[in-house]
Amino acid sequence: MIQFLIDNWEPIWRAFLLTARLALYSFTIAMVIGIVVAAFRVSPIPPLQRFGAVYVSIFRNIPLLVIFVLFYFGFPKLGIVFPEFPSAVIVLATYTGAYLSEAIRSGINAVAVGQAEAARAIGLGFTQLLREIVMPQALRTVVAPIGNLFIANAKNTSIALAIGVEELTSVSRELGQRQAQIVEALLGAGLLYVVSLLFAGAVFGWIETRVAIKR
Amino acid sequence: MRLRRFRVLGLVLSLLLLLAACGGGEEEPEEAGGATEAAGDTETAGAEGEATTVGADAPGVQELRDAGTVRVGIKYDQPLYGIQSPDGVVGFDAEIAKLIVEGIFGDGDPESHIEFTEAVSANREPFLQNDEVDMVIATYTMNDERDQIVDFAGPYYETGQQLMVPEGNPEGIESPDDLNTPDLTTCSVEGSTSLQNFEEAAPEGDTLVFDSYSRCAEAMNDGRVDATTTDGAILFGLVDEFGGFEVVGEEFSDEPYGVGLPEGATDVRLFVNERICQIQESGEWDQAFEDTVGVVAETPEPPAIDSEMYDEVFPEGSECPQASETGGATSEASSEMDMSEPMTEPTEMSS
Repeated sequence: MIQFLIDNWEPIWRAFLLTARLALYSFTIAMVIGIVVAAFRVSPIPPLQRFGAVYVSIFRNIPLLVIFVLFYFGFPKLGIVFPEFPSAVIVLATYTGAYLSEAIRSGINAVAVGQAEAARAIGLGFTQLLREIVMPQALRTVVAPIGNLFIANAKNTSIALAIGVEELTSVSRELGQRQAQIVEALLGAGLLYVVSLLFAGAVFGWIETRVAIKR
Repeated sequence: MRLRRFRVLGLVLSLLLLLAACGGGEEEPEEAGGATEAAGDTETAGAEGEATTVGADAPGVQELRDAGTVRVGIKYDQPLYGIQSPDGVVGFDAEIAKLIVEGIFGDGDPESHIEFTEAVSANREPFLQNDEVDMVIATYTMNDERDQIVDFAGPYYETGQQLMVPEGNPEGIESPDDLNTPDLTTCSVEGSTSLQNFEEAAPEGDTLVFDSYSRCAEAMNDGRVDATTTDGAILFGLVDEFGGFEVVGEEFSDEPYGVGLPEGATDVRLFVNERICQIQESGEWDQAFEDTVGVVAETPEPPAIDSEMYDEVFPEGSECPQASETGGATSEASSEMDMSEPMTEPTEMSS
């Protein structure tokens, strides 16, 4: 397995970097989506609330592969053609964003209700309330679930191979098949995933301790 | 009260698990003994009262006969070769499968002894290695790398790699050289020899890789790729099915299609070679082709069944010649494919 990685280092490393970029870009956008949708769901504006609820219901309940294929092969029928990598980023972001919004929403609910009342008393608007008071506290309590979702999102990048993205799993698989070393190839890829995600997990753990709310 | 709720939950969960287990398992119809034990002898007299094959007596083939069913891996989405239809899987590969199985059971009803499973390009070797199928007849190109882990009978057909472009050929593509630029994207399927061959023929060209050729065709319709490359046979099928495409250029590789078998299945391999030889001589091969691919292409000469991969090709005492005399593949570009020269280097790039 290590020998396989060494022999095929160039294409595998390239694929690894592409996968990393895919995971990071999509997760960043997913965080934005997650915060926005969570805000919608707790806002006092019914249409926004409904939008948020519908968004989550849709993207939490469709298999990721289906979203990939529908987006990549379906949108061109409407005249919109995105290349593979941007398509993958968008699909992963919308999917993970749904889960993130639920995690963040639970964080929001964990913030004492008195904070909102106090904020209203001193005349803060809803957006200000969220931005200055609630979100900073909410996010700090849900670092662990967010870390989980980061890891899940990173692993989900492998599904992008269905739309031709040359990410780590598909590249390893292809190389393995050509050299009749399928097991070694996938073990090697697995090793790379595990090592990098352990590292990511450690980072999130560190963040969690740093921002933990001292009670 | 709470206990009762948990018990109900537990019951429901175990029922669900049971359903999943039952639904998932595919048991082979154990027609043990039942089917044609017919005097364990080579009476592959079957429908046409034809010549018998020597190889059908061998223990390896007898095992298949005893099982009652031959499990065949085949493509489900390859128009003209292996495609799902309301009548089951149809196509040239399916016809070859039936002819081979008829040679095993000889009762005129090969379909009752076949169990088809979908084989996509990437899982053909694992299927054979893990004993999920007895043979693979799925537009399966014979080559040395694959021969390391599986065995091949045949070839039963020969084609060559070509290019498919949108109708009208807007980019004026005539050969892989025209695609050897990062501005043009070519599509193929993961794990296929076509992809490898193309990358060697046009290393600078951009490629897009999916898990099936129908996705490539869709991508071409969406304007995502400029060309699709694989065996001419498959391309014709795509043109037939999708429309709006055309096949261009000379064949730039030799693709001999073989019957994939588990490594070491020598009895079956020798038998299948003999059986293929038999149907070529009897005209059944031609008929199978005309009924399927013949819809869009001319019936070619069947290829010579020989290969440098093996020392033994036919069972001892069979009527089939060791060196086929029908051998003369008169076809155009690809062949100097008589006996030797098989599928080692894919570089047959006429250029």
